Amino acid sequence: MSAVIEKLGMPKWGLSMTEGRLLDWLVDGGDEIAVGQEVAEVETEKITGAVEAPGAGVLRRRVAAVGDVVPVGGLLGVIAGAEVADAEIDAFVAEFEAAFVPEEEDAGPEPEIVTVGAGTLRFLRQGDGDEAVLLLHGFGGDLNNWLFNLDALAEGRTVYALDLPGHGGSVKRAEGLGSLTAAVREFLDGQGVERTHLVGHSMGALVAAAIACESPDRVASLTLVDPAGLGEEIDRDYVDGFVAATSRKELKPVLQRLFADPELVTRSMVDDVLKYKRLDGVDEALRSLAGELFPDGHQQRGLDLEAYDGPVLVIWGEQDQVIPAAHADSAPPRAEKRILAGAGHSPHLESAGEFNRLVTGFLSR
Amino acid sequence: MARRITFQQAINEALAQEMERDETVVIFGEDVAGGMGAPGEDDAWGGVLGVTKGLYAKFPGRVIDTPISESAYVGAAAGAAASGLRPVAELMFVDFMGVCLDQIFNQAAKFRYMFGGKAVTPMVIRTMFGAGIRAASQHSQALYPIFTHIPGLKVVVPATPYDAKGLLIQSIRDEDPVIFLEHKMLYAMEGDVPEEPYAIPFGEAEVVREGSDVTVVAIGRMVHLAAQAAAELDGAGIGCEIIDPRTTSPLDTETILESVEHTGRLVVVDEANPRCGMAADIVAMVSQEAFGNLKAAPRMVTPPHTPVPFSPVLEDAYVPGPDAIAEAIRATAGAATRA
Repeated sequence: MSAVIEKLGMPKWGLSMTEGRLLDWLVDGGDEIAVGQEVAEVETEKITGAVEAPGAGVLRRRVAAVGDVVPVGGLLGVIAGAEVADAEIDAFVAEFEAAFVPEEEDAGPEPEIVTVGAGTLRFLRQGDGDEAVLLLHGFGGDLNNWLFNLDALAEGRTVYALDLPGHGGSVKRAEGLGSLTAAVREFLDGQGVERTHLVGHSMGALVAAAIACESPDRVASLTLVDPAGLGEEIDRDYVDGFVAATSRKELKPVLQRLFADPELVTRSMVDDVLKYKRLDGVDEALRSLAGELFPDGHQQRGLDLEAYDGPVLVIWGEQDQVIPAAHADSAPPRAEKRILAGAGHSPHLESAGEFNRLVTGFLSR
Repeated sequence: MARRITFQQAINEALAQEMERDETVVIFGEDVAGGMGAPGEDDAWGGVLGVTKGLYAKFPGRVIDTPISESAYVGAAAGAAASGLRPVAELMFVDFMGVCLDQIFNQAAKFRYMFGGKAVTPMVIRTMFGAGIRAASQHSQALYPIFTHIPGLKVVVPATPYDAKGLLIQSIRDEDPVIFLEHKMLYAMEGDVPEEPYAIPFGEAEVVREGSDVTVVAIGRMVHLAAQAAAELDGAGIGCEIIDPRTTSPLDTETILESVEHTGRLVVVDEANPRCGMAADIVAMVSQEAFGNLKAAPRMVTPPHTPVPFSPVLEDAYVPGPDAIAEAIRATAGAATRA
């Protein structure tokens, strides 16, 4: 078979994804496409996302039709040069369909639990490179927020995604930012990670920056994603609404504020957050953190990078409704800044492909 | 972290976690530990279907086997609740409520009102209900409408293991008497349930699935049968929105009305007898509050107004099944739109 024929497959976003539904083709059959170009929209249980072209060429065949449910790894389309004969494309599709077996559901790493002074912490480890990367989610988030990024970042590195205290599957107690920072430090010690890249989203960026300033030698680089701490404003409707919501009806519009495109918020995403919020201790933990960090729609804690002189990358979704992207101007002048058009407060979810390219490029330097 | 456990295990876990958290939580009932007259150390029974198994050994002195006298131990639970404990009394079958009804509706339900709001009665009565196990008319009824009728009681009818655990924890923490009804056909059902304790607030319906053509309100086991009917009707191009109220008192009327505003069509599926039941109650509420939105007459899918038959063939015909539910949905969806 010719090597210039490339499969456009159903991607795997996150551990639990087994299939996705093709919502729309973003390019026509016969169109010339570039590497990384968004070619199709796929809806999963958790989120709706764009499929990017793995290679350049012509979209020779749209195998899946709009509305089709395709297993992870299944064939959406075929990319090849214009010179490849139609018969060869037919043969590629036939051969693929004959050999394809959907992967078992349990593929991929399982979250692990460790105990630190504050209690148990849940984390996910992926990849086994020499360099470590630690991902820290934002207020009310958890390690699943990085579902679109883990695979890309774990290539050649060991990536840890951690649930901060009060969040996800970790102990449901958080007494201020200091307790989060202390838990992360203990976690790194416990895992024997002496030096790591830190990637922090929103409130997680405050934690990352605090650790970078305390132990600059242990932090290889700092990536701040729509960070808290670079200005005073924060959307009160988001913070207070997130804390107060007890039903799907109340929570959905709050979660929609995280994205430029509110349609990305699925029922399953709302359900997962609601189930988390009902767990004993979560309400107190969120109220305590929100009260300390974001009372009455104001940010109380500044992100101070004076004690850290390593490389800093700031990524911001241009349409962030929670923390304005204009705060990026307050980042230290030496920081590299990237504003992503078409993304809101969570560019790592909403513009995952571009986010992953920026971060892997930055980490490789 | 969530893992798959059964409805029955979810109830047991909720009891264990609340007993762990709060030492005033105690369990009364027939055979909830070793069986009356038995030493109990063997934890022989754990309730007639083993729901409380293991708790006797874990919480010595707090799982109490009672004589076969519902009026005595349900009355004792009401008094214990009024004086500082949080009892969870197990009424083996809801069909036995008759012998302790005064203790429930004229005592426990009224304390808050009779004592000027100064008394609370944090008591739960767990009880098994529903047809399907060939147990005949005295052990198969779905009597939650009777409790729902009485102000001062909260009435919970969970449909999934996740809801069973979270709603039972909420029931135990609630300051008012709660009747918690467990459908016996659901005990073996498995579902994802978090290990940690969590509470689901009362009066918040679960939208089990979204759809734009017909609103289907279903209660308890009927939620799953309605879901089967809805899956079948997807193929016929009829989109069902299934709403599980989860608690019949308080009832989340807002979620039901919002859905009907959007679909214009309503089917209520209820395993209780049709007269003065939840189906009639919800249809009346929607007819009054959202008449202008209705495009067709609302329909009730219930058993006939008879006792539950003992004959297996008749019992199967008595309980609403997916076919009867689908037929009612089709009829509602196909009914001529009112001008």
